[in-house]
Amino acid sequence: MAAKTRTDRALPGFRLTLGFTVLYLSLIVLIPLAALVLHSAGLTAGQWWDTVTNARVAASYKLSILTSLSAAFANIFIGLLLAWVLVRYRFPGKKIIDGLIDLPFALPTAVAGIALTTIYAPNGWIGSLFEPLGIKIAYSPLGIMLALIFIGTPFVVRTVQPVLQELETDTEEAAAMLGAYRWRSFLKVILPELISPLLTGFALAFARGIGEYGSVVFISGNMPMKTEIAPLLIITKLEQYEYAQAAAIAVVLLLISFVLLLGINFAQRRSSRRSNAV
Amino acid sequence: MTRVKFFGLFLVAVLLIAMLSGCGSNKEGTAASVSVTPSPSPSAKVPAPVELLNVSYDPTRELYEQFNKSFAEEWKKETGGSVTIKQSHGGSGKQSRAVIDGLEADVVTLALAYDIDAIAAKGLTKKDWQQSFEQNSTPYTSTIVFLVRKGNPKGIKDWNDLIKDGVQVITPNPKTSGGARWNYLAAWGYAAQQNNNDETKIKEFIKTLFHNVPVLDSGARDATNTFVQRKIGDVLLAWENEAYLAKKEFGDEFEIVTPSLSILAEPPVAIVDKVVDKKGTRQAAEAYLKYLYSEQGQEIAAQNFYRPRMQSVADRHKDQFPQLKLLTIDKDFGGWQAAQKKHFADGGIFDEIYTPGS
Amino acid sequence: MAGIVTSPRAGESSPVVPKHLTEPRIVRGILIGAALLMVGIIIVLPLLTVITQALSKGWEAYLSALREPEALAALRLTLLTAAIAVPLNSLFGLAAAWALTKFRFRGKNVLVTLIDLPFAVSPVVSGLIYVLLFGAQSFIGPWLAAHNIKIIFAAPGIVLATMFVTFPFVARELIPLMESQGVQDEEAAVILGARGWRVFRKVTLPNIKWGLLYGMILCNARAMGEFGAVSVVSGHIRGETNTLPLHIEILYNEYQFAAAFAVASLLMLLAVATLIAKSLLEIRIAGGSRKHEH
Repeated sequence: MAAKTRTDRALPGFRLTLGFTVLYLSLIVLIPLAALVLHSAGLTAGQWWDTVTNARVAASYKLSILTSLSAAFANIFIGLLLAWVLVRYRFPGKKIIDGLIDLPFALPTAVAGIALTTIYAPNGWIGSLFEPLGIKIAYSPLGIMLALIFIGTPFVVRTVQPVLQELETDTEEAAAMLGAYRWRSFLKVILPELISPLLTGFALAFARGIGEYGSVVFISGNMPMKTEIAPLLIITKLEQYEYAQAAAIAVVLLLISFVLLLGINFAQRRSSRRSNAV
Repeated sequence: MTRVKFFGLFLVAVLLIAMLSGCGSNKEGTAASVSVTPSPSPSAKVPAPVELLNVSYDPTRELYEQFNKSFAEEWKKETGGSVTIKQSHGGSGKQSRAVIDGLEADVVTLALAYDIDAIAAKGLTKKDWQQSFEQNSTPYTSTIVFLVRKGNPKGIKDWNDLIKDGVQVITPNPKTSGGARWNYLAAWGYAAQQNNNDETKIKEFIKTLFHNVPVLDSGARDATNTFVQRKIGDVLLAWENEAYLAKKEFGDEFEIVTPSLSILAEPPVAIVDKVVDKKGTRQAAEAYLKYLYSEQGQEIAAQNFYRPRMQSVADRHKDQFPQLKLLTIDKDFGGWQAAQKKHFADGGIFDEIYTPGS
Repeated sequence: MAGIVTSPRAGESSPVVPKHLTEPRIVRGILIGAALLMVGIIIVLPLLTVITQALSKGWEAYLSALREPEALAALRLTLLTAAIAVPLNSLFGLAAAWALTKFRFRGKNVLVTLIDLPFAVSPVVSGLIYVLLFGAQSFIGPWLAAHNIKIIFAAPGIVLATMFVTFPFVARELIPLMESQGVQDEEAAVILGARGWRVFRKVTLPNIKWGLLYGMILCNARAMGEFGAVSVVSGHIRGETNTLPLHIEILYNEYQFAAAFAVASLLMLLAVATLIAKSLLEIRIAGGSRKHEH
């Protein structure tokens, strides 16, 4: 309960940093996004509702949400594993692996999409292995998910890694001295510390996935009702000069991610407050 | 606390400097890259050097690369001045939106009149822009043909072969690709002729056709790559010039099949009045577009597999461009505005194809 | 002071974790193997594709694709964009993380979420919003045009869109980190009489340096690789407003696959260069802090 008794303005720079944060946030993010919302307000309520509940649009939301959720979920495990191995173990080539993690960011999404399609298309390196089994990877939701795993990997690794690195070993040490098994001390001592960054990574990977366009359009096949992602429908609307409708679809997408991010931020804060109080 | 304030001022100063230097170096950046574009030697003759921006659609890259060089030489000969033509390529609709939103194009050369109509609707060019140049302001045309794999294993000869079971057709999405709208309309025209304009039957034909499409790419070149690189599909619906280019690039793996009937694809050109008046480039822009109609311009178009308008040039290349029955957008579909509304707008016929339960 | 700064940490270059704090050999082996497999499938395979395609026409073609004036112009624009976006976003990240983790105030969660927002925005939309804001059809568009101020379809628009897309990276990296560290160190320093800037430099910065560095590297990688948002605001004028990713798209669309992938591999090399810079920095920081301990 130490957190509660602390005087709030003990440290300097509150007004300055908060002021700058809010100003910069407004200039770069909030004002431009307001322009988007205003544009979607060009529709009447009825048109707005029809646009965002149209069967094809609804199917694309569902697809985008499901594929990015499952990709983000897979990324939790992949990311934790990679971060753990990179921080805790020493092995040859570690530095190289560490550097490779960021490459999904550096590679333009379109290049990633083309490369992934090359690999997973029915005539690709991996796609041809699965083709005889009747499993289609590219041009199916599975392909979309793979692309999103690729895009989202760095998020989880890079949020877990610094926390793991800064994690003090004393608690682990104490647990070990008390005779706790390694697995148990991982579950009881290390994992709780990692929940916060893992959740963050999950949320970021999901949010990024739901809006991703460049890498997905190549591998998805873009079949209406089946593999058509929501961002593609935004493009479709723009192509018809329907700015307001495009904005409406975008706003819904934004709301979904916003609610999820907000929820995770709340959950995270609560969990970190609990662990601080211990 | 004074130190904190100082820190704050310092922060703001750093920010401002960064922004200013950013702007400064932006200009440097652009200036540097301009000098990089291949401009004719800046021999300071009487007329000032002119710079034009041609905003075009995707498949004209090769055409305008060659044409721009030729025009620059011509301009130098005629006026003694130098002209630099900058190019921008992208999907036709996207390019049109960019011009509407402020991309300062002196001329636009897009895939369909509908996209230039959208520019005209915003007052950037006059409403009757299509009367400004000969032949509906379309200096070259094309049509929709089939690209099939070597030996034509599925025996695809005409549009009705595309709706057979087991034939996979590659075409981009008409809602996102201007080129794909020509594909769709050509198929529609064929079905209309076969079914005596019975709309239910035509819709059935179109529906079956699109059910044979395994991948619906968003742009024309993406579709070509799906067909050529990923080796998906038995037939690619493509502009004639794209089909020839793909054949040229990828050798003998493909054959071009010309159907019995197709559509006259008319990619029009226009001057963006508002921009040329502001920049004072009208004279050069007009000369540029007129040069497209000259024998030299027509020859370049033909060399890049666009059908020339000029008879003498067309005769020279007639082996390349087989004769076939061609529908036109204005006569057979009542113009782009009507076609767009009926077929491609939301809730239009194209959307019906993918409505569940069908 | 030193006591506050130098609590034992399992840093990258620290010696091996003591025996009783690590897993049995076999578990370690399995975990490392699994990690390598994951990296192999998810990351290395696509990269190999890029490299094999890039070299498919030989070294000569590879190098000439990179020497093309248009590629160089695109490289210049990409570097310029990153050089503006990364420092500004890092500064913002530091300020935001300080305000959000060292103080308690209402609406904190909402603020954190708003910072995340650009991640949630589809890249296409990230570009579109600036078009809606500064485009010729927008409210201030006519004014900008009258004063000949070009924002979209010019470098400033590209920089803005990039800043938007990479906006949360540094802040997002620092917030959970500084959250987990609490405020005790800083408060102790203040009680000992240290002032604002000094507290930050001597106490906070050493604690967050890795997070900051990771954030900046991610921010930089994404800034250089961003495609969707930039594509909307660029106007695609060859040799002028094309960044490297857009140049790649152009080459690809011209069926110059080898050249397209060659330029893509250049972007990968740039990412590797930032990685080397990071390693160098790590060594220096490690050396510096060891000196500090003595």
